[in-house]
Amino acid sequence: MRYACLIYFDPKKVFNDSPESNAVLAQLGALEGELKASGHFVSGLPLTLPNEAMTVLVRDGKVSATDGPFMETKEVLGGFTVIEARDLNEAVQVAARHPYAQLGYIEVRPAVDYTKPRPKL
Amino acid sequence: MTSSSTRDALEAAYRSEARRVLATLIRLVGGFEAAEEALHEAFVAAAEQWPREGVPANPYAWLVSTGRYRMIDRFRRQSRHAGAVAELAATAQAAESPPAHDEIVDDELRLIFTCCHPALESDARIALTLREVGGLTTEEIARAYLVPAPTIGQRIVRAKAKIRDEKIPYEVPVRAELPARLESTLQVIYLIFNESYAATQGPSLTRGDLATEAIRLGRLVVALFDEPEAVGLLSLMLLHEARRESRVDGSGDLVLLDDQNRALWDRELIAEARALIQRALAARRVGPYLLQAAIADLHADAESGAKTDWPQIVALYEVLRRVDPSPVVALNRAVAIGMRDGPAAGLVAVEAVMAEGQLGAYYLAHAACADLQRRLGKIVASRASYTRALALTRQPAERRFLEKRLEQLGEAPSAR
Repeated sequence: MRYACLIYFDPKKVFNDSPESNAVLAQLGALEGELKASGHFVSGLPLTLPNEAMTVLVRDGKVSATDGPFMETKEVLGGFTVIEARDLNEAVQVAARHPYAQLGYIEVRPAVDYTKPRPKL
Repeated sequence: MTSSSTRDALEAAYRSEARRVLATLIRLVGGFEAAEEALHEAFVAAAEQWPREGVPANPYAWLVSTGRYRMIDRFRRQSRHAGAVAELAATAQAAESPPAHDEIVDDELRLIFTCCHPALESDARIALTLREVGGLTTEEIARAYLVPAPTIGQRIVRAKAKIRDEKIPYEVPVRAELPARLESTLQVIYLIFNESYAATQGPSLTRGDLATEAIRLGRLVVALFDEPEAVGLLSLMLLHEARRESRVDGSGDLVLLDDQNRALWDRELIAEARALIQRALAARRVGPYLLQAAIADLHADAESGAKTDWPQIVALYEVLRRVDPSPVVALNRAVAIGMRDGPAAGLVAVEAVMAEGQLGAYYLAHAACADLQRRLGKIVASRASYTRALALTRQPAERRFLEKRLEQLGEAPSAR
């Protein structure tokens, strides 16, 4: 099964040059190699902060693109790692090894299984 | 060696060895999570090395030692487990000789007893046992229990945290604790089996998988630990399983034992259960599971409901009531008296049990009462009892059964 580990954090707690956050950031480099060695790594992408992003939407055939998002939330999506794991608990265990789990949190989302019906809400 | 035969060997090793390797690694690396990572790494290494170097003569020993070395390497790299590395290296030296059979058996028992530890919540024991001993994935367990995967995931995470934080020891219980701990273990297996047996809602396939898994766990416990009660539970499950086909008709409705097509019963399973029961009874230490199995076996032996050995069944319920004085056992005994001595005697016995007041919310007690009243022509009382039973169950097949009975009562009471 594939799972996306979505990394969320408060940028002020990560990029504040404190000894704690610097110690966590220093661990990041080794992670991808470790996940590759253990056969869990599929892909991953660290992301810049949302102030460098644009938001696109199409309504009535018209494209609108704005800068932002400027949401009031403190936590932002900081990047993601896609992993291969035996089940949800193994994926959770792998996610717990991610250094950012110490500063923010990691949402572990199973990839859609197309053999199952779509959810009806 | 061709790549496909190595892949087959790897898959076979996973099926037959993964749980045993995990059981040993938990002891060697100290803890579920590190052991699961070590197990994973061992299979990653096997996928790399076996095609090149051939399948090792003893895959279990190879996987254990590779998993342990990989963990030592990882701990060294992370260098935040300095103490653990020294300890691990020491156990690595000590365990260099190939593991003895007894040691492997002990590790498997440690794993089962820890997963079924009474300090864990019942739900957590079930989820942990299915995943760690049974090798099911979190998602498979969730599907079988019709709950969202994160619910099961959290039960497993919390159970492991509790084992770690409360330092629940990874060991086979000492003799004095053994009966209680075995009981807790057998109860977990029986609850897994009951879930498959009682509930007919949801996809029946995954339900059947739970029964298969419970029986597999039952066989494992008997193989590791030949106690009469463990054998009793296995036989009881085999006898219920033998009747699975006949329990529900084509439209998914319940068929009572009396009306079941006995030609559909699986004679092979019944024979296996019977041999097990005979062997266990010889040990002369009977417990509730073995007695229930012996009762189920008398049912399986009978050509029809009427030709069942009811006096013997009542006698076994007498013994069962002494070792397990629960109201449900008393109710079953009362129903058996009704079959032996007729509905009037049965109704007296059932009413006596219900008068003790513990079965008021148990739908089967009201249904049993209703059935005896119906057979005695007490239609008004029977109607009231079926209605009470119906109010106490939400299970669709059970509801349909009770509704049908109520309907039949309404039609022509005099004809019955």
